[in-house]
Amino acid sequence: SMAASKSDPFPGPAPIPKERVQKFKRKDKAKKPRHQHFKLRDMMKRSDEASEMSQKQAARFDLLLPEDAGFLEGDEDEDTCTISQEDIAEAVDITSGAKYFNLKLSQFGPYRVDYSKTGRHLLLGGRRGHVACIDWQSKHLMCEINVMESVNDVKWLHSEAMYAVAQKKWLYIYDSNGIELHCIRKFNDVLRMQFLPYHFLLATASATSFLQYLDVSVGKEVAAFCTKTGRLDVMCQNPHNAIIHLGHPNGTVTLWSPNQKEALVKMLCHQGGVRSVTVDKTGMYMVTSGLDKKLKVYDIRAFKPLKSYFLPAGASCLSLSQRGLLSAATGDVVQVYRDVWSAPVTKPYMAHRVRGSVWGLHFCPFEDVLGVGHGDGFTSMLVPGAGEPNFDGLDANPYRSAKQRQEWEVKALLEKIQPELISLDPTELGYVDRATFEQRHRDRVQALGYDPLAKEKFVPKYKKKGRSSAGAVERRKKQVAHEDQRDEIRKTVEDKMKMEKEIKERAQKKAALSNQKSALDRFKK
Amino acid sequence: MAKVSKAKMSKKVFKKSSEVTVNSTALKPEVVYDDDDDLKGADEEIISEEEDGEDERKRQHLLEAISALGGKRRKALGERSEAAVQMSEFMVNAEDESERVELSDLIQIIEKTSTVPAKTKKQLKNLQRSKTIECPLSKQESERIQRDVAFQKAATDISRWKSIISQNQRAEQLMFPLNQEPSGPKPMERVVTGWKAQTPLEQEIFALLSANKQPINDPILTPIEQASMRAMSLEEAKVRRAELQKARALQSYYEAQARREKKIKSKKFHKVQNKAKRKEFLKQFDEMVKTDPAAALEELNKMEVARMQERMSLKHQNSGKWAKSRAIMAKYNEGARKAMQQQLEVNKHLTQKLVTSLNGDDEEEEEAGDPELLPDFVNDAEQDLDSSNPWMRGRLSEDPTEEEANSDTVGLTTEQSGGMEYIAEEEEKVEETEDNVILREFDSRRKLRQALETDTAVEMSVDEEEEEESKAAAEDGYASDKEEERLCEFTNLFHEIVEGQSRVEGAGDAGRTDTSTQLEAEVIRIRTLGSVELLTQDNSATDKVHVESQKPLSTENLPSTTQKAGKSRKRKKKIQLKEVLTKETKVMKVLLAPTIEASEELEEKLDQRGLIKEAFAGDDVISEFLKDKRKQEDVGTSKILDLTLPGWGEWGGTGLKPSRSKRRRFRVKNAPPPPRKDQHLPSVIISEKRNSFISLHQVNSLPFPFENHTQFESTIRSPLGRTWNTERTVKKITKPKVVTQLGTIIEPMAQEELVKVKVSAGKNSCVDSLKIKY
Repeated sequence: SMAASKSDPFPGPAPIPKERVQKFKRKDKAKKPRHQHFKLRDMMKRSDEASEMSQKQAARFDLLLPEDAGFLEGDEDEDTCTISQEDIAEAVDITSGAKYFNLKLSQFGPYRVDYSKTGRHLLLGGRRGHVACIDWQSKHLMCEINVMESVNDVKWLHSEAMYAVAQKKWLYIYDSNGIELHCIRKFNDVLRMQFLPYHFLLATASATSFLQYLDVSVGKEVAAFCTKTGRLDVMCQNPHNAIIHLGHPNGTVTLWSPNQKEALVKMLCHQGGVRSVTVDKTGMYMVTSGLDKKLKVYDIRAFKPLKSYFLPAGASCLSLSQRGLLSAATGDVVQVYRDVWSAPVTKPYMAHRVRGSVWGLHFCPFEDVLGVGHGDGFTSMLVPGAGEPNFDGLDANPYRSAKQRQEWEVKALLEKIQPELISLDPTELGYVDRATFEQRHRDRVQALGYDPLAKEKFVPKYKKKGRSSAGAVERRKKQVAHEDQRDEIRKTVEDKMKMEKEIKERAQKKAALSNQKSALDRFKK
Repeated sequence: MAKVSKAKMSKKVFKKSSEVTVNSTALKPEVVYDDDDDLKGADEEIISEEEDGEDERKRQHLLEAISALGGKRRKALGERSEAAVQMSEFMVNAEDESERVELSDLIQIIEKTSTVPAKTKKQLKNLQRSKTIECPLSKQESERIQRDVAFQKAATDISRWKSIISQNQRAEQLMFPLNQEPSGPKPMERVVTGWKAQTPLEQEIFALLSANKQPINDPILTPIEQASMRAMSLEEAKVRRAELQKARALQSYYEAQARREKKIKSKKFHKVQNKAKRKEFLKQFDEMVKTDPAAALEELNKMEVARMQERMSLKHQNSGKWAKSRAIMAKYNEGARKAMQQQLEVNKHLTQKLVTSLNGDDEEEEEAGDPELLPDFVNDAEQDLDSSNPWMRGRLSEDPTEEEANSDTVGLTTEQSGGMEYIAEEEEKVEETEDNVILREFDSRRKLRQALETDTAVEMSVDEEEEEESKAAAEDGYASDKEEERLCEFTNLFHEIVEGQSRVEGAGDAGRTDTSTQLEAEVIRIRTLGSVELLTQDNSATDKVHVESQKPLSTENLPSTTQKAGKSRKRKKKIQLKEVLTKETKVMKVLLAPTIEASEELEEKLDQRGLIKEAFAGDDVISEFLKDKRKQEDVGTSKILDLTLPGWGEWGGTGLKPSRSKRRRFRVKNAPPPPRKDQHLPSVIISEKRNSFISLHQVNSLPFPFENHTQFESTIRSPLGRTWNTERTVKKITKPKVVTQLGTIIEPMAQEELVKVKVSAGKNSCVDSLKIKY
């Protein structure tokens, strides 16, 4: 009774801020037409309720992501870009400070860089054959080999256990101990690689203008297209829809999926050749840099240019961080920009000079770190506010154990998305296919290689005693064709008769029901 | 003269009777009344003078003649032209075919003659009063009616489940078995009752509690408190006391009466009383079956017990003293033999097991309560074969056995009554008295009424059906009319549009070529200028113009160049605003100037290549791109097919061209393709190719309840998986439609569930509650 008398000062569920709810919006409410079947009404209502509930729950659980991201802020009259890395490393805590380091590898450079999906492991590929993978936070060297060949690109596969190296001639796969697992001869002269983690696809762009897809889960080539645009040394992926972007010397950027032999989209971006392309995590913006020394920001959903910047030195490498920081390498200077698409930017957020021209640039996931591979080795830069502070433990857990990694691997393989589902709009699967029957039939014929509904052609039997003369054969063919035509005609006539009969019957029934007798009825039988 | 008139009269009567047979049963009671009237009329006639009657007849004759003049000509009955020599003294002429002997005629005479005994007169009168029995229905018809009624009953029975079925269909989740213990917190009492004291300390405490009559199970009230709660109020107590008093007084009164009656020695009195009691009991039983089936069942059990007793005893098995004496006499006396046989028959009858099973009591009760199910008249056997014979028509007395047979089919109660009646007859052996006859008549009337009701009901239903059908037909007609109207409208509109298009088309073509030339010009200009930014701007503008120019062409028939120009300017303004925002290149400050080390060969090489490219940048890149784009567009555009055959239908040869009209006729123009996605994006080529791979996984036809694509798409839009939702949400969203408990039997729904569900539905009318508990 005591509890009952005390009224709850905060009745009902705790309120959720509107913006947070909006963040997890799944769909717009469907319009309700006036006349609805009760079943439909129930279904729609339930779906709406479910989506609303899940949206609210997700917004409520957003509370469990406590980490905040911050940016570097300078004093008054102080540009943040003038703050040196050493200063930052001194200012931050020891563990964070340890993340700024230089690897002096002047012998086999310049270096390509790749971080694993969890951000724990770093893969370095020296131009002159040096390949090394490092647990970069503990600075533990996992393996180090020299492939004794020029290395064009290196890429982690789905986990840190395997990586692909595009060497002078073929594509090789090594494990984390440096043991060569595969040499894939189908993939030759590969210059750039991208790995699509949810599809288990390794996309490669070669000097022979071939774009190839390798399914690493089954080891099969999924698709191979000749782009007919020359040497393909600019490549990136759209993490939102797994579309591959290729930059070409004629200033165009083409978008590719493994399902279409021609480019999905071809955009003219630069006056000169395209030097580098990158797409942000949300799949909304694409940033390109070209030989015309311009840096352009596109809304990749509408294929419209948003911003255009002029860089006096031009950017050779571009990379976007998880939180939308753009790093651009101009010669031996790495510059980081903030908010390139929302507000016009005039100066960089951060800048750092490395020794030797930059060859590879990659933001580390879930860390405020930018890895720079250059002619004199590797530099790990501190870029406050670059990484996503909250990681999804079920998707990419930086702290996972070996066992957890194995389990994740199994789950990821089970949830692997088939390459057929890659399209510009990732929600396309949820739309009803409105193609006509003929269109679908054509597709089917194309997929099967023959027409399953086609009638087999009449082939006249060979008859002896001169009955298979050309004229006789022709006659027989004609006969058969005539029979077929007659059948068709008969069928149509029958259909017509049936229709007429039905109509008559209906009319009779109607007349009987209306019960109106005419004077002429007496003459009816 | 008198004879002729009589003939007419009788003819009229005959006609009436024929009418009676022809007419539906609905008229019967009236007819009976008419007959009575006639009878009365005849009586009066006899009493009054002959002349009066003559006058009446004359008048009738005249009226008939007049009516015959107006209406259809009636076929006159064939009359004998010969004069009858013999005239009956009872005014009856048997010679004529039409002059039948009517019962009324006989009675008239009997009334006059005093020699006829009163008993016969009475019998005749009774006979007069009893009516004809309608012809029983054929087997097929009766069966059909039975089927019909049975179907209706079944339909109503089943339709009671309709609401629950639809409710279950609409329910989000169903849990089986239905009578599950509700999960969640149980009430305190139940938990406490389930729990038992186990440790010695607990036992001790409970012993103490129970010794002091403290509440153990119900922690709130002690037994005394509960008793006080249960106690009545003063008013209630008073009322109850008064009731009891009255009951006691009545009981003592009845006891005294019974004692008095028991002392009476007259056997006849007891017989009569027994009979009356039995009748009363029967009546009560009949009512009881309708009102209180449980009590009826008890009575039935009592009867069963009586049957058992009869079976056990030797009362009617010819083993008594009297029976033995009869057995001795039986050799010589037929009466004695008969008596013995009768007694045996009684025994047989009494020990006969009831046909209907006791467990199907509900059905029996319903059958008894539902007179519609088996109308009595349906089962009336065709006993009176000669229905034309008025003597046979009167159903004076039926065979009791036959009646039994009837009642057997009807059901339990009637059988019982039959049995009782039999006993009564066996004991009394009196011939049918007057009241019995009256009773029968009532019975027959009741049957008639029932028949009538069912008839009318059937007719009504038929009428309704017909009405509905006709209504539906009318609606159909209306709908089709409406559709036609709509179609007409649509075709009109279509014609207009087509006409407009044809009018515009020529102009449109011109505009198209115009824009294309414009584009060409632009390309050249740009080449000279070498400014991409400008190109994209202008290009988009021209593109817009192109589109715009097409649009007004299709809508307005006369696109003036000035208007066009104005429009394009407007467009340009708009675009420029946007372009200014987006296209302005910002020069970014680079604080640290790049220092490129020349030592690196590779770098140098690349830079050299880059420098070369830079030098030639923008030269042909743009024009190439535009060419490419135009090529792509051209692939999609429709081409004009010229199918004219020279020399076909007219003269052909060198220097002869097919006529213009013919060329125009055989020029096939395909429909223009849908607008390209990159229509408004000058620097983008979007492939129009269909992705057939994904279409294999897509839904290609709209599933059932959805009316349009957006509805369906919106329902499958939100994700259900664990990647995007919290665990609880996933569980809620993906809960199964039917939940069954492992290892339990799922019984079919009982009748009680129906009631329960109805009640619960009444309580919470919300259908869409997440769980439906029963």
